Amino acid sequence: MKEIIDRLQELYPIGDFKQQNKSLALITVDKDKAVDFITRLKNEEGFLHLSIITAVDWLEKNKFQLSYLINNPTTKNSFVVRVMIDRENAEMFSIHHLWEQAATYQRELKEMFGIDFPGSPGVDKPFILEGWHEIPPYRRDFDTKNYSEETYFPREGRTKNVPAEYMKQKLYPDE
Amino acid sequence: MSKLFNIKEDRSLFPEKNEQGKIDIDLSSHKYLKLWHGPQHPGITGNMSLEITLLGDEVMDCETHVGYLHRGFEKLMERRKYIQCFPIVCRVAVPEPDFNEYCFASAMEELAGIEIPESAKWLRTLVLEMARLASYLMWIGGQAGAFGQGIIGQWTNYLRDSMLDRFEELTGGRVYHMYIIPGGVRGLLPSGFKQRMEENLKFIEQMMKDVERVMFNNAVFKKRSVDMGIIEKDWIYKFGITGPNARAAGVPLDVRKDNPYLVYPQLDFEAVTATHSDIYNRADVRRRDLLMSVDLIRQIMAKMPQKGEIRAETPNVLHWKVPAGETYSKAECTRGEYGYYMVSDGSEYPRRINVRGPSYTHAVSLLEKMIINCNLADIAGLMVSLHTYPPEIER
Repeated sequence: MKEIIDRLQELYPIGDFKQQNKSLALITVDKDKAVDFITRLKNEEGFLHLSIITAVDWLEKNKFQLSYLINNPTTKNSFVVRVMIDRENAEMFSIHHLWEQAATYQRELKEMFGIDFPGSPGVDKPFILEGWHEIPPYRRDFDTKNYSEETYFPREGRTKNVPAEYMKQKLYPDE
Repeated sequence: MSKLFNIKEDRSLFPEKNEQGKIDIDLSSHKYLKLWHGPQHPGITGNMSLEITLLGDEVMDCETHVGYLHRGFEKLMERRKYIQCFPIVCRVAVPEPDFNEYCFASAMEELAGIEIPESAKWLRTLVLEMARLASYLMWIGGQAGAFGQGIIGQWTNYLRDSMLDRFEELTGGRVYHMYIIPGGVRGLLPSGFKQRMEENLKFIEQMMKDVERVMFNNAVFKKRSVDMGIIEKDWIYKFGITGPNARAAGVPLDVRKDNPYLVYPQLDFEAVTATHSDIYNRADVRRRDLLMSVDLIRQIMAKMPQKGEIRAETPNVLHWKVPAGETYSKAECTRGEYGYYMVSDGSEYPRRINVRGPSYTHAVSLLEKMIINCNLADIAGLMVSLHTYPPEIER
């Protein structure tokens, strides 16, 4: 895996290489070069299979991390290609032309994180949520507890516990 | 024109497609009918809904709608300690919760640098194969039922129930087991377990011969499944197809072979493949995979160590700060590549968990393509043949 990166290092600014395990390596690529880099991995290095596209919200850094997990079915190796994008007006180039299922992942990311992928088919259509007016719910600053307390009525006779404290009290009462 | 649903069928009698690859549908012409397929049924075909446009009995256009089972698992996990996520992850795929437990636990162990004991590896492999067997038994009833053979479902659910008895004996739970925990597993095999399991396996093998005779040699089943819903070989990577759906097209994708985990390298097996890739072929691949699971369970029980540690030492699970990092842990479930992408920021709570379920690709982009030209009566059979679980799509 390292030799591929060494070979491509001159063409693309690749950072933070980490061999996570024998068949998985993590790398970070600039936003502007990412689609070009992923296309190269697919078309010339044999990374034909896209497993996932997902996002991580680094609220404290004001960044979103997009993670593309791609796999080479011949060598059985995988890369997690990480791309850091700004959290404000979050936007990324679409890769739906490379893999059909990418459009579904991008549609979900638009809905759940508010990351836009201009040109991706159906990206603006609701995917899972219906009539959602809050901030995208998978962002770190969306408070699920507050939302459910405001939206749903509490049922009579139910008691509430803080899970961590309740478990601690049950399992380790002396600590 | 043949009534068989075949994607190679001559479309000259159907309306022309526009530049977007869609048909210009004018509902007021009364030529087309808009119909919602689901979400009413509790099984695979009704957990999601299909907005279909029909011309006569044939599907002209389809859009999938999901979200009816969305419980926000991934978000819930970000607000819970790692150990508190185990009752959540098993609910992502109800008929086979153990793959979720394994992927979650192994991702944690990899980030924390924990090596699990040898006995625990064998027990985990045993539980994963038991889950595969039980899940296939449930699926085979669904596939037969979608084509009008309700009796097969009665038989195979009875067989699945016998496997749930073994799960109950081993883990205490019938459906959700939470047997795989960080560092290993929760317990050893109970006394007499192997003997009772062998009785189960013999009965399953015997009944599967009946299933083969009654279902796979049945003229109606063949008429409705042969040459139907063909997945072309060049779609495999284009759509991210994995598991039996890919293997039936002759592409031997099997995580157990490609990226061996647990004790699979020590077991003797080959990825089950076929060539024709229609509904019948996919059903046959799953039937043979089911019988291979029976063989693998026998191999595991013969080779596994009789005693030994089953759990590595871990920090107190209530105060466990998993070291910062990220990884992707995957396993071969009955539908293909199942994976957990885990990101830790070094705190007691996961920063991000993303579940990769095979249904995500099979039930949305692939189904929307395959369903065009399908007869209304065959939609359920086609959906079941892709073996999708909607909770994986909307985690």
